[in-house]
Amino acid sequence: MRDNAKPAPRVGLLVTCLVDLMRPSVGFAAVKLLEDAGCIVDVPGQTCCGQPAFNSGDRATARRLAQNIIDAFAGFDYVVVPSGSCGGTVVKHYPELFADEPGLSQKARALADKTHELVSFLTDVMGVSDVKARFDGTVTYHDSCSGLRELGIREQPRRLLQSVLGLDLVEMTDADVCCGFGGTFAVKYGEISNAIVERKADRIVESGARTIVAGDLGCLLNMAGKLSRRGSPTEVRHVAEILAGMTDAPAIGAPGETTR
Amino acid sequence: MTIHPTSAQFPANAHKALHDPQLQKAFNHVRSAFIDKRAKAAAALPEFEALRDSARDIKAHTLKHLDVYIEAYEAKVREAGGTVHFARDAAEARAAIVEICRARGARTVTKGKSMVSEEIGLNDALHAAGIEPVETDLGEYIIQLRGEVPSHIIAPAVHLTKEQVEADFRRLHLHLHPDRDLSDAQLLLTEARAILRERFLAADIGITGANFLIAETGTSVIVTNEGNGDLTQILPKVHIVLAAIDKLVPTRNDVAQLLRVLARSATGQEMSVYTTFSTGPRRAEDPDGPEEYHVILLDNGRSTMLGTEFEDMLRCIRCGACMNHCPVYQAVGGHAYGWIYPGPMGAVLTPSLIGIDKAGHLPNASTFCGRCEAVCPVRIPLPRMMRNWREKEFERHLSPAPVRNGLKLWAFFAERPALYRAATGLAMRAMALAGRTKGRFTSLPLAGGWTAWRDMPAPQGATFQAQWKARRRGHR
Ligand code: SF4
Repeated sequence: MRDNAKPAPRVGLLVTCLVDLMRPSVGFAAVKLLEDAGCIVDVPGQTCCGQPAFNSGDRATARRLAQNIIDAFAGFDYVVVPSGSCGGTVVKHYPELFADEPGLSQKARALADKTHELVSFLTDVMGVSDVKARFDGTVTYHDSCSGLRELGIREQPRRLLQSVLGLDLVEMTDADVCCGFGGTFAVKYGEISNAIVERKADRIVESGARTIVAGDLGCLLNMAGKLSRRGSPTEVRHVAEILAGMTDAPAIGAPGETTR
Repeated sequence: MTIHPTSAQFPANAHKALHDPQLQKAFNHVRSAFIDKRAKAAAALPEFEALRDSARDIKAHTLKHLDVYIEAYEAKVREAGGTVHFARDAAEARAAIVEICRARGARTVTKGKSMVSEEIGLNDALHAAGIEPVETDLGEYIIQLRGEVPSHIIAPAVHLTKEQVEADFRRLHLHLHPDRDLSDAQLLLTEARAILRERFLAADIGITGANFLIAETGTSVIVTNEGNGDLTQILPKVHIVLAAIDKLVPTRNDVAQLLRVLARSATGQEMSVYTTFSTGPRRAEDPDGPEEYHVILLDNGRSTMLGTEFEDMLRCIRCGACMNHCPVYQAVGGHAYGWIYPGPMGAVLTPSLIGIDKAGHLPNASTFCGRCEAVCPVRIPLPRMMRNWREKEFERHLSPAPVRNGLKLWAFFAERPALYRAATGLAMRAMALAGRTKGRFTSLPLAGGWTAWRDMPAPQGATFQAQWKARRRGHR
């Protein structure tokens, strides 16, 4: 646990485009988890981290967007991202994006060093070992690719999920295999993306879990979209919603009220 | 067979593969055949990760000094009584081989498995010169019968089911009894073996590839599980080694290290069944071996990768692990990639060898899941290099217009925060209202690539940033 003598760390939430636009409740769950862990959270004005441009080969745009993020988050002790994929972009790819510009590369490095994916930040930096939440039912966890392979996130979310009262964590086969999202890939190569998510949906259903969670909204939209197209009753949620005990909002792709 | 690249039609090729029930059935066992075995082999060797580091370093070092090692290698081959023929491109390599065959009056040549032979279209060139090539690796033999190219770099016929092979054997091995039992894989193997035995004995020349070329000794190394490579290179009077310049390594010690990661990464074996070292032709005191020993050392575009962001690709030891672990390869198989080298390694190498204008789809057809790099025994940063190809395409305006325009529109807003907040705020509220009752959209304008296959969950409504701001205001 955090040393109470130390001042509370000031955390900037990099909310990510998808959470900002599609599922704000994940952002609020992240804020709650961070505040419960003793952080002071703020959300500076922000747009996109630049990953879609970076992965499409448009380095110039990626750099302009990255520069905005670097400036927006300069004053925080930590930057926390409820996504392994956007987190990976800042941590792994920003320094490489500015490698040939010494001044900027230093700033990018500094940002990368203080940026963390949400769940691993809670466990690895804030020393959180359990959460005060309740969720009745079986849950299975999908390892999103960037979080797993760029940031080494595997045990952390499972450990915290296991501390949720009433929650029964089951492993699906091939939890660490890609769901087929891949950003623009899902649209550019929709048919192949579909073949991959079909398999993922099979594994999810086989696991018998009532709810599938992951740490990346992109993958979640993909899996939720496939499961709902199949008429499957399996619920899809971001891991932060469960850990924060904030599951009032309908699951991803499920009907319900809108926020104005 | 010489292959005219169809990489430009990747989506259509993939569509065909996804609707090929035989192929989909054949691919079901890729997982147990390769992935689980590799994982077990890696876990069983405590120093496996350290070995991967040293494998990477050995190859990286060799590439930095490739000129030195090629020269040293050539001198050693000459010393041992062999000849190195330098081939700048596929045509020069084919010509050199046909020339050797003609000089010996060869009518049939046996061949060990060689991807470089596929790359240069050797079999067609031999046929055209009146020489019959006989593939002796079982998988290669099968695809030669079918007139196909390999769909995997170490398991050429992995796209076929046992039933398809049985049907081919019945159709083409007409001298055998039509009612013979071919119901299991072992019986198929035995039949192919019996046929190949005779071909081995009749061959005038044997052509093999090489897994490694050792500069220190002028030795070529091949690994196989069937022993066909040995018979190919020992029985005929002439042995031709066909290999590309990226196969060079400095010493025998280096090979010993690389072998420890090669088979484990490929098939999960500790070692392949046969590992054969050949140095020059038969010496007076040798009990067997060829009278002549030739090496065709092929460049074919590889030297242009040296010193560029694609140099790391030349570390590849062709284990196939990247494709075995690739979700895209697993879904569509190797032929969809449209040339010789499939999967992640092909997605990087093919544009280097045939041009990004012809192979542009390949580095794009990846989710960047990173599993290839995570298992590559020489730690090739495959996703990074696929991204480098995307950058080259973007610079040259080769990326498809809808993608460019979509991204441009997105970037336009993302670079103007106030506009972004206004536009997204409105759009998300409108979408949320429209999708409220169902919670999802079954079709959306401009997102057909998504909604043709799956629903698009509806957004919740006001954006996070709008709600956050409102909440802040409320607190004050
Ligand atoms: S790129 Fe790596 S994993 Fe793929 S075939 Fe080459 S050595 Fe093996």
